[in-house]
Amino acid sequence: MKVDQVLDAKGLACPMPIVRTKKAMDTLQVGQILEVQATDKGSLADLTAWAAAAGHNLLEHKHEADLFTFYIKKLEK
Amino acid sequence: MAVLKMTAAEVARKVIENNELFILDVRNKDAYEDWKIEGHSFDYLNIPYFDLLDGVDEILPKIPTHKDVLVVCAKEGSSLMVAEMLSEAGRDVFFLEGGMKSWSMYLEPIKIGDLTGGGELYQFVRLGKGCLSYMVISEGEAAIIDAVRFTDVFINFANQKNVAIKHVFDTHLHADHISGGRLIAEATGATYYLPPKDAEEVVFNYTPLEDGLTVKIGASQIEVGALYSPGHTIGSTSFIVDSQYLLTGDILFIDSIGRPDLAGLAEDWVSDLRDTLYRRYRDLAEDLIVLPAHFMILEELNDDGTVAKRLGDLLVENHGLNIESEEAFRHTVTDNLPPQPNAYELIRQVNMGKITPDNDEQTEMEIGPNRCAVR
Repeated sequence: MKVDQVLDAKGLACPMPIVRTKKAMDTLQVGQILEVQATDKGSLADLTAWAAAAGHNLLEHKHEADLFTFYIKKLEK
Repeated sequence: MAVLKMTAAEVARKVIENNELFILDVRNKDAYEDWKIEGHSFDYLNIPYFDLLDGVDEILPKIPTHKDVLVVCAKEGSSLMVAEMLSEAGRDVFFLEGGMKSWSMYLEPIKIGDLTGGGELYQFVRLGKGCLSYMVISEGEAAIIDAVRFTDVFINFANQKNVAIKHVFDTHLHADHISGGRLIAEATGATYYLPPKDAEEVVFNYTPLEDGLTVKIGASQIEVGALYSPGHTIGSTSFIVDSQYLLTGDILFIDSIGRPDLAGLAEDWVSDLRDTLYRRYRDLAEDLIVLPAHFMILEELNDDGTVAKRLGDLLVENHGLNIESEEAFRHTVTDNLPPQPNAYELIRQVNMGKITPDNDEQTEMEIGPNRCAVR
């Protein structure tokens, strides 16, 4: 998977992972992919729901030890 | 306008005093639908915080201006962000300090009544989770029954009352919340009792809680007596305190009865549950006041916030005590059971001493309602 931008949201507590993700997505072009790294346990449920509501495509997510990694593709709104 | 902080204790007073409150819950929809702050006179709006990142203008018309507005999230951060946005839009709003996490943890001690010779009985109401713990106090000594894991609350309360904790009981091996009993006993030198039939796998030392065991609290000898009453678990044991109160654990609640499946043996324990509810309890004095280890719905709270009702009244009013046929009873307590409590298998292992999660992990395990009953 070709990642266009990586967002390090490790160590940030809710709501910052999503606030930062939204800002990063706003800078991307349609079709580009953002990788988000987060450690907040709530980020899985919240990022999934946010991506669906915002109309982005959550391609994949991984959970290893305390680290959550998300790959989100920007779609045309 | 101002952003103000509201504590879980302040929210608890609003629940108990039946005050109005408008709750803007900014957690995601699933979390909200699973578990929220319940109040008789509370109104609710659930909009996830991540739907409000572009602004709160769209929801302003839905936020009342004539009553207190409390923004709630899981831990605090998102509610503070949304509260600040509402404040910038000209509204006075509160956020919940510590979020649902602190709501789940908060205990409100309420006096149930006086005991013989100047003793007192307190109920610790955990509104966010529906757990009820008890402290019997008499002449400088105390016994605790079904303590939740916030051991400081009980130890500090005993210090305030100037009493020494001598006996700590669990009515059964809990599956919905982590017991504080063993740690309180370790910290205070008290004796920790568990029903042996529930404790076959525990990895620590305990004193067996056997049928008929009595302990005396204080010099005037207030009696706490054990009554074997299986059904929710095979070891479940009730207590009769000062011949006035019946502590039923998770066997009998105000508006429901215990479920027999949380240790995986619903079919096996149905007849035990039936026998306890329809024979053992019926042999007791009807004037005993029933004090359960949980409540499930706010309607079970009395006007003063306590959860307590006369046994004789429950024998008439509680649906679970009035199912005539054994077959219908079996269906009620084994079919269509509500979802099991969050992480109940892990919680049982913690209570057996097999695993020792850190505080955050314990909080995570206890998220959500207790779900120990069938109606």
